[in-house]
Amino acid sequence: MKQDIFHAISDPTRRAILTLIAIQALTPNAMAEKFDMSRQAVSKHIKVLHQCELIKPVQSGREIYYHFNAIKMKEFDHWLAQFRQNWETQFNQLDQLLSTIKEQQS
Amino acid sequence: MNNDLLFDFNVDKSAKTVYITREFNAGQSLVWEAFTKAELLDQWGAPAPMRAKTRYMNFEVGGRRFYAMINPEGQERWSVQEYTSITPKTNFKMYNTFADENENREMPGSEWEYNFSEQNGKTRVDITIFNESFERLEKLLEGFKIGFTMTLENLEELLATLS
Repeated sequence: MKQDIFHAISDPTRRAILTLIAIQALTPNAMAEKFDMSRQAVSKHIKVLHQCELIKPVQSGREIYYHFNAIKMKEFDHWLAQFRQNWETQFNQLDQLLSTIKEQQS
Repeated sequence: MNNDLLFDFNVDKSAKTVYITREFNAGQSLVWEAFTKAELLDQWGAPAPMRAKTRYMNFEVGGRRFYAMINPEGQERWSVQEYTSITPKTNFKMYNTFADENENREMPGSEWEYNFSEQNGKTRVDITIFNESFERLEKLLEGFKIGFTMTLENLEELLATLS
């Protein structure tokens, strides 16, 4: 199942992972160590973050390093900006409607 | 026209919640009607050049509004809003889901809460949207993109004629 970005960042551990790898790419083992978690638990979080493309794996020798995908986060912010714009447009329409109704009533 | 009217839009990404606040230059009863009567909602409830069309609306607890947003090409995106709580003129809550044209809902949806309050002849509306998913937002906005591009093109044409 495709993971939702909102769901992915609603978890405090996953946000902490993102904050950490935004500074430096890490292997799953390094993440487990930093967060004092089992490899299994880390793998679950990585899976969620990877599925919504917030992180990307880069093979380096025998190790896989996970990098933060800033573009995906920007895309998300862009969508939110559009959502805001839609509301603004609708509310301006409502302003006009309200003033028309008020004129008719007076 | 509305420069002095408050407009706030905040997103708490970690709580999956969107907060919207807007003031309107009208009394609470009228603003309440504009948000709860189909014939008024359809006049402002979709950003132009999109339009809203309500097939039916029963504004009561357990009742539903079944409506579509339609783009200039005539494409329709249907949604169902089910009212879960109503305190007349002050507050209402609903559960919002996308649907097909036969009213089959696509779960899960999101929870919406509206609060209305009046001060000095102005009405403040606070909207909280819980558990909105990015995927849903994307879907919602897909339909708008075409509309927006069109408006911009119209504007460019207009500016060209004026210059």
